[in-house]
Amino acid sequence: MLLLECPCCGVTAEETEFHGGGEAHLKRFGPESSDQEFEGYLFNRVNPRGVHFERWRHVNGCGKWFHAARCTVTLEVFGTYPAQTVEPPQILRELISSKRPGWQWREFT
Amino acid sequence: MSEPVTALNGATYAGVARIAELPRRGMITIRGSQESAALVAAVGAASGGLDMPGPGEAVIAADRMLGWMSPDELLLMLPPAEVAGALAALAEGMAGEHYLAVEVTDARALFSISGEGAVAREVLARLAPVDLSPAAFGPGNFRRTRLAQVPAAFWMLEDGSFELMCFRSVAAYVFGLLCTAGEGDAVGHY
Repeated sequence: MLLLECPCCGVTAEETEFHGGGEAHLKRFGPESSDQEFEGYLFNRVNPRGVHFERWRHVNGCGKWFHAARCTVTLEVFGTYPAQTVEPPQILRELISSKRPGWQWREFT
Repeated sequence: MSEPVTALNGATYAGVARIAELPRRGMITIRGSQESAALVAAVGAASGGLDMPGPGEAVIAADRMLGWMSPDELLLMLPPAEVAGALAALAEGMAGEHYLAVEVTDARALFSISGEGAVAREVLARLAPVDLSPAAFGPGNFRRTRLAQVPAAFWMLEDGSFELMCFRSVAAYVFGLLCTAGEGDAVGHY
């Protein structure tokens, strides 16, 4: 069970109050992109063993979307941060580095 | 004109906890930036002078309440007869501003949960993934959450009882949940 803190309303609750929204920080490829880019945007997802970044929604609470960084092996939640960010914040990446040295997720380390 | 009725016609249950559907109460959903001075002033005027609640709080007076729903949403409860006046006050105070205010009185059902000692806490703790220990949740706290399978929100009053709201369409389900959770003996955990 994951314990997530919603950065919008400050509530900490377990995962059944939230709803997972899939992988975080996807870049959208729409009209005028190549077929390969569009396919990647639609279908290609990472499924890492370890550090992972996801989107979550506080569906039974304030209703807002946010990002969460967690470990898929231990279910440890490293932190949550607002949806209005295009990449994991530096402070969170440093925290993860202290707990999982050498981690990599997509192009982020 | 037909008389408005509540979803369960004031159903009550008395087990170790007392569950009762509350009479109709006027409700207005207000959306807008809570950092906007215009909104704060307009909500103050519409609510009859209630302070703005902080995150996770409700400001409760005798017959009215202002609850914090999300960073851009407030819930104003007041006597049904005052809803039209409050909406007019909001429209006047927010003229030219970006906001939304809608009456949702009959979209929701209200319940009260009370009992000896901390029984009301136990009833809700059986149903919602919320820390209901006295250190974490006290009078004036307001929480939107999940009650078994449906969304709901509850808040605590000064006397240790709770009030709860859910969508009207699931009122019978929520009443059933509360009654089942209010059966048996007190656990005495809190």
